Amino acid sequence: MSLTALSTTTPVPVDILRFNTCGSVDDGKSTLIGRLLYDSKSLMEDQIEALERSADITGGGQINLANLTDGLRAEREQGITIDVAYRYFATPRRKFIIADTPGHVQYTRNMVTGASSANLSIVLVDARLGVIEQSRRHTAIAALLRIPHLVVAVNKMDLVGWSEARFQEIRAQFEEFLPRLDIKDVKFIPMSALNGDNVVDASVHTPWYGGPTLLNHLETVHIASDWNLNGFRLPVQWVNRPNNPTDQTLHDFRGFSGQIAGGIVRTGQKIIAFPAGIVTTVKQIWTYDGPVQEAFCPQSVTLVLEHDIDISRGSMLVGLDHLPGSTTELQAEVCWMHARALQPGKKYFLKHTTQTVQVVVTEIVNKLNLDTLEAEPAPAELGVNDIGEIRLRAAKPLVFDGYAINRLTGSFILIEQGTNATVAAGMLRPPREIVKPENGDYVI
Amino acid sequence: MSSYHLDHLQHLETEAIHIMREVAGEFERPALLFSGGKDSICLLRLAEKAFRPSDLPMPLLNVDTGHHFPELNEFRDRRAQELGGKLIVRTVEEAIAKGIAQPAPGEISRNRLQIPTLLAAIEEFRFDCCIGGARRDEEKARAKERFFSFRDSFGQWDPKNQRPEIWNLYNGRLNQGENMRVFPISNWTEMDVWEYIQREQLEVPSIYFSHKRQCVRRGGQWLPVNALVPPKANEDVRELVVRVRTIGDIISTGCVESPATTTTDIIAEIAAARVTERGSRADDKSSEAAMEDRKKAGYF
Ligand SMILES: Nc1nc2c(ncn2[C@@H]2O[C@H](COP(=O)(O)OP(=O)(O)OP(=O)(O)O)[C@@H](O)[C@H]2O)c(=O)[nH]1
Ligand SMILES: [Mg+2]
Repeated sequence: MSLTALSTTTPVPVDILRFNTCGSVDDGKSTLIGRLLYDSKSLMEDQIEALERSADITGGGQINLANLTDGLRAEREQGITIDVAYRYFATPRRKFIIADTPGHVQYTRNMVTGASSANLSIVLVDARLGVIEQSRRHTAIAALLRIPHLVVAVNKMDLVGWSEARFQEIRAQFEEFLPRLDIKDVKFIPMSALNGDNVVDASVHTPWYGGPTLLNHLETVHIASDWNLNGFRLPVQWVNRPNNPTDQTLHDFRGFSGQIAGGIVRTGQKIIAFPAGIVTTVKQIWTYDGPVQEAFCPQSVTLVLEHDIDISRGSMLVGLDHLPGSTTELQAEVCWMHARALQPGKKYFLKHTTQTVQVVVTEIVNKLNLDTLEAEPAPAELGVNDIGEIRLRAAKPLVFDGYAINRLTGSFILIEQGTNATVAAGMLRPPREIVKPENGDYVI
Repeated sequence: MSSYHLDHLQHLETEAIHIMREVAGEFERPALLFSGGKDSICLLRLAEKAFRPSDLPMPLLNVDTGHHFPELNEFRDRRAQELGGKLIVRTVEEAIAKGIAQPAPGEISRNRLQIPTLLAAIEEFRFDCCIGGARRDEEKARAKERFFSFRDSFGQWDPKNQRPEIWNLYNGRLNQGENMRVFPISNWTEMDVWEYIQREQLEVPSIYFSHKRQCVRRGGQWLPVNALVPPKANEDVRELVVRVRTIGDIISTGCVESPATTTTDIIAEIAAARVTERGSRADDKSSEAAMEDRKKAGYF
């Protein structure tokens, strides 16, 4: 069997930008989102009225912009963010989905939730405090999630007299550890979220800053789509069997429904069905709007195949070029998100694409030291909010790619048995070997 | 230049279809909440896109408060029939008669009473998952909710302790008696919904379009005059050209003055709107945390 490589396809820029705010507690994340919405005239009259009403009741007449996203009673009572809030707004140039995440270390899991779907992260730093552990933790998580663009918002500049020296100092603190993280593009902006300096409108207090305002940057930063168009992957979600007794064509219909997690598929193309490892041909790409000749990531489709192969939820359909790995021995970086520490030897459920398997953690390879951002080998455990690298053994082989190559087929979550709590987010290391054909098939 | 590009609505669509299919794959007895309102109309089309040519692998469920607009129920029943879907309706009246829901003295609104009615239906049919059409842009508490929103065995939402939800890996595992509410169009805005209705040429109940209606001015909004909302002695009944932006109960849904007779008109109207759609619902105005409190009690 010849494996002809398809030409690589370049992704096009996004017209919808997903970003999140992060950083330590009280650095001004929610205030910043409020300011962004307010100054870009994205708020409606009733929302402004509600803000003013609560200002009269609790704020001594002062509007609290953070109340726009701090939508839970407990959040407003304590003046902190507990869980992610999602907000939507659009300018003539772009649509935006914002995730305002909490800074409190106790709610790091919610920060990971909000950041996991972002194309860009804004890390806020309180100009008085400079870079602290939580700033490094959130930056490290953004890097681990491979969010390609970072904005460091040096906030509360009004409280340090708009000092350029202080801004440069904080920039230097960041630049000292950034090389240890894999982030492609970083932008530093001095601002005051409270007063609106350099958020939507340029500040009169920072004549020494020649860069864009935050909104300006968000509207113009070139962000390519993070979907992988090389290497077809379709994790099967649902077997589509109408079992229609009256309609002859539907009587025999057997399709495999799922969202394409990588690459492009065409009718007539050969694919491999895992775990069977058998090669077959795509007979039809069925969609509600009619059959199509080709489909691509992240479209949702239903494939009809030439041969009758044992395929069910959790199976993976794969193209013949850019093959994945398939093993039971896995290595991954994880964010641990539960108060019960990760225990080597303990069994967890692992959900990867559409399949859930049992795994056992065989080794904790290292743990990230959040002061130095160096990996320390062989720690005793990974506790809540720790980041580290682990080895796992799965009860069944996973068909996967490295997270750096494909977010969708390279990521997993761990679920604690019994409580069903989601305890970790995992990013797989690239497979050591890729699957190879034996007599035309790919037995794993 | 490649043509492998999805526009904004196509992205939202594939995200929602993926979630629908995860529900079909992970749950044994799911249901789809269908009211006949614009959001659930989109949900139905997404379900068709997710599951055709098969039948929908889940029944449709509606809690009828007894205070619905008649146009809505007529549409609900007809649409379910056209789809060949199984429609289950459970009414608040019935729940009150059976003692499942107990009105407080003088309580006219059915808002609170629909919660025990829904929970009883979930128990009756042993549903482990209900798909709903809630959107995060509707309200501050909704803006905090996950796609897969876990409910304990009392149906309660615990906003301070939600499961992390990373990438598109949804944890649907439940223990006995627990329940999931799933919101595939969480990331859609009111504008997205109307643009989708237009693109898919979906039929919606007539009350979304401009029509003449007798209204009275109450609490800063125009309420439709009907058997449940009789005009008070000092009130001025006005015949206005109105439409509804969001449909709740007939006693609390405000009408907005509007000449919009087509989907295109509505899209233009929303683009220029200066108030949110929930600005016309009295049930959300009662307190800052009204929605959060109802969700904690089991509201969808
Ligand atoms: N002086 C000044 N105060 C600010 C600025 N930005 C925010 N604040 C204040 O800092 C406090 C915390 O702001 P929030 O926006 O709630 O902080 P947060 O980062 O969202 O906090 P968590 O979400 O709980 O982590 C509030 O009192 C704000 O008014 C700023 O630019 N200048
Ligand atoms: Mg906050």
